[in-house]
Amino acid sequence: MSTNALPLSQPIVDGPRGAKPKRITPARIGVYAFLVLSALFFLLPLWVMIVTSLKGMPEIRLGHLFNWPAELTFDPWIKAWDTACTGRDCNGLKPGFWNSVKITLLSVPVSIVVAMINGYALSFWRYKGSELLFAVLIFGAFVPYQVVIYPLIIGLREVGLFATLPGIVVVHTIFGMPILTLLYRNFFASLPAELFKAGRVDGAGFWGIFFRIMLPMSVPITIVAVILQTTGIWNDFLFGTVFAGRENMPMTVQLNNIVTTTTGIREYNVNMAATILTAAVPLVVYFVSGKWFVRGIAAGAVKG
Amino acid sequence: MKSLLSAVALTAAALMSSTAVHAADVEVIHWWTSGGEQAAVSVFAREFDASGDKWVDTAIAGGENARSATLQRILGGDPPGAAQFNPGRQYEELIAGGQLLDLTALAEKEGWEKLIRPASISSACLVDGKWWCVPVNIHSWNWAWASTAAFKKAGVELPTSFDDFLAKAPKLKEAGIIPFAIGGESWQINGAFGVLQTSLLGLEKREKILKDKDLELAKAEMPAVFTKWREFKQWSDEGAANRNWNDTTNLVVTDQAGMQIMGDWARGEFGVAGKQPGVDYACLALPVDAPTVSTGGDIFLFPKQSDPAVEEAQLKLASQMISPRVQALFNNAKGSMPVRDDVDMSLADDCMKKGLEIIKNPANIAEDAGRWLSNDTTGQMNDLVAQFWSDDTMTVDAAVAKYVEILQNAD
Amino acid sequence: MSQVAQGGGAAAVPASSAFPVRRRRKFNYQSVLGTLPMIITAIGVFVICIIFSVIWSFTNSKVFPNFNFVGLAQYQRLWTTDRWLISVQNVVIFGALSMVFGMVFGYLLAVFMDQRIKQEDLFRSIFLYPFAMSLVVTGLVWQWMFDPNLGIQAAVRQIGWTSFSLAPLVNKETALYGVVLGGLWNGVGVTMAIMLAGLRGVDAEIWKAAKVDGIPTWKTYLFIVLPMMRGAIATAFILQLTGVVRVFDIVIAMTQGGPGISTQVPAIYVIQHITDRANVGQGMAAATMMLLPVLLLIVVQGLLQWNAKRKQGRA
Repeated sequence: MSTNALPLSQPIVDGPRGAKPKRITPARIGVYAFLVLSALFFLLPLWVMIVTSLKGMPEIRLGHLFNWPAELTFDPWIKAWDTACTGRDCNGLKPGFWNSVKITLLSVPVSIVVAMINGYALSFWRYKGSELLFAVLIFGAFVPYQVVIYPLIIGLREVGLFATLPGIVVVHTIFGMPILTLLYRNFFASLPAELFKAGRVDGAGFWGIFFRIMLPMSVPITIVAVILQTTGIWNDFLFGTVFAGRENMPMTVQLNNIVTTTTGIREYNVNMAATILTAAVPLVVYFVSGKWFVRGIAAGAVKG
Repeated sequence: MKSLLSAVALTAAALMSSTAVHAADVEVIHWWTSGGEQAAVSVFAREFDASGDKWVDTAIAGGENARSATLQRILGGDPPGAAQFNPGRQYEELIAGGQLLDLTALAEKEGWEKLIRPASISSACLVDGKWWCVPVNIHSWNWAWASTAAFKKAGVELPTSFDDFLAKAPKLKEAGIIPFAIGGESWQINGAFGVLQTSLLGLEKREKILKDKDLELAKAEMPAVFTKWREFKQWSDEGAANRNWNDTTNLVVTDQAGMQIMGDWARGEFGVAGKQPGVDYACLALPVDAPTVSTGGDIFLFPKQSDPAVEEAQLKLASQMISPRVQALFNNAKGSMPVRDDVDMSLADDCMKKGLEIIKNPANIAEDAGRWLSNDTTGQMNDLVAQFWSDDTMTVDAAVAKYVEILQNAD
Repeated sequence: MSQVAQGGGAAAVPASSAFPVRRRRKFNYQSVLGTLPMIITAIGVFVICIIFSVIWSFTNSKVFPNFNFVGLAQYQRLWTTDRWLISVQNVVIFGALSMVFGMVFGYLLAVFMDQRIKQEDLFRSIFLYPFAMSLVVTGLVWQWMFDPNLGIQAAVRQIGWTSFSLAPLVNKETALYGVVLGGLWNGVGVTMAIMLAGLRGVDAEIWKAAKVDGIPTWKTYLFIVLPMMRGAIATAFILQLTGVVRVFDIVIAMTQGGPGISTQVPAIYVIQHITDRANVGQGMAAATMMLLPVLLLIVVQGLLQWNAKRKQGRA
């Protein structure tokens, strides 16, 4: 944690501050023992998935869940990506990949910009009823999605956006709004009020302060939002099947078609490979920006 | 033969007229996503494409996902051209709301009512004298699958009845075999329970209870079914709780378990493992002394479209789906029984031939309970039977009382 | 100690909840314009949807919503249905356990991660990755691992510990605890990340002061730093709470609500009735009941805030 690649616009104290490491002490051993044991708990299912994905079906039927494959095969991975049947087409996961990229690339920025403005307004420019609206929004975060689907279908049908790409972007923006607005609101609320006052003294208005002061300051929290939204939207299945329209069906529909079946044959090795492949994009986002993720929140989002 | 000719004629006519106008795209929502199922659905698609129009495939795995998507798309004003459903009552509102294409003219022209057998299959689509869907296959629940090797190992003959099985179960257990294989999904448990009910009560009483909602009869007869069901439970294993149906079948395939009650799709699992019916395993049509076939299966609905060209293509697809040639190709690929008799099923294995023999006699038909009960009622029964199965503290009396209550409130 | 605690209090943002209070400013129509999407969503989607849900809960809507009113019949049926009663009980147990353990485990992980450890990035990624995985298959993997003949239990017994028993999902008394474990595996990483961020946000001066006062590290974490992370805790709390109330996928993936109906939860009840069981009225009644406690919570929170503001105003 010594490098700081991110252009933070606000001085935050960097790095962990626990007891300083003093060579090997029982306490240090304890720390690592706890972390390693926890890591094992988290990794065990991944291990099972990986070894299963490298076995043939006859070997899987034998049980031996945790064993390394006796006969190593990469066919399930190739099949999951390239040839598994997802209905009439047997092209594996790949056709939906670009649809998912399209939906994610459009929905993530739109939903974040909207929530950012919400959070900003709720922190600095409250109006009568704005707090009530926010409470309703948070309330909405608890509604099971399926409950909202029927009215939403009717609404989108009336404005002609049902089963279109803009339609699915709108839906992701709506359902991402509660948590993202909460995130931004807490972030902006933690900024020093002097920043805002200085902007006012300079004669800047709502948008002026937003673009000149707040937007550049919110880079760290925005990375948090990007990671949360990318995961959520990439993994969405429900909205994708209903609102995206046939042309834009996301990859999760194909994943579901590969792994779910009622009375058909199940190929567990292909299922495992397909799951890991589908998770690849969010995983890459985690690995690449994990450091910023934590740093971003530290920049004030949830600082109490 | 006459109908065959007329079907061909109609197809040709449709072909000509549609090419004359323009080829139409028909989007089809279905949940056949696994390998074998994919081969089956491709039969429909290839046939349809070959006649000039275009099958646009929207596969969504999981029946409930696919059906929900169809209903929501209809509500959203973007209905698919055709959609897979199970025979039942879920599409009643679509019919009443005028959201489905009326197939009556086509059906009467081709004489579906006479062609389709057994007659009770038609009832799924023929509502108040009008046709609203096309049945494409029959899957029967009323089967049990037994491992020859497992019974041999226990030193007993294959079971000849449920009581006989229960009598032999201790021997199987002594030999280290799970006597009764079952999984944890509520549809598995309730399906097997339904087969037991049919076997113990007979078709007539079953119909009186489930169709006519005869509460007194239910009170009198159901205790025996629940009691017997609990007896079966003690011969299952503790791993049953979360098992998928196919993993359960695999226990029988690998001779680790004695017997499973499961629909005829289980045959596919034995086939994949290279097992021979009559040699490695036995398929018992239930009840053993008077075998029956239950009329589950799949149907296709055709939601109304605004484009007349698409409507024409929809009718053509409906006609193709039920034509003898497509029926034969499709059902051989799917491993299900065709909905008409004049179909070449010579490639079928011995188990299916057995089923095809049974289905010939209308007296052997156990109509699918889904025609009589709404999904809501069936769901409540699923919950009850699963609860009874997993909770040994629930008494038979309590279960029967709940069962009667569900029947009484059935809509 | 007391000095430090005071210093901490001063350094912290005064907000005492997830809804930090700010002074209201002059009305600005740009602000209304900028938050138009929020206004439309809050009123046009959530308020309207919730109103319709409540209305439909008094009807006999089947496949599609309709307006044939049947009074309280749906609620009567709901509260006499075993499955619903079990669902409510389960969500309370599941919620309490997964929130308490999630918070504690998440905070512990964050504290241990905060010890200038090597490979922090690696550990963080390991704790976070389950969040990115589709639950359909990871649920199956947990099922396998908890399978008495296939999973951990069998493996441990093979090593020689023959009385070892870990197969929670097959028993209706323990299945819910298995689901809690799977849920923790899936979600703790996010809590950890938020907590860790909260830790890093604490003013360095606090640590120096604590050191000067000779307070042990663990005490500093527990009594000084933790109370200063109210924002992080509130954010993690709300995220977890929404997850608990809406819990659905993980149960379907791990147990499908079984054995029997022993791990059913309200969201599954709602969703099944709205979709495949084709009883929208019943589903909406259940949804309305689900939202009632949330509404109560928000109203109480609002009243408390209002009360605090009023007191401030008087002082």
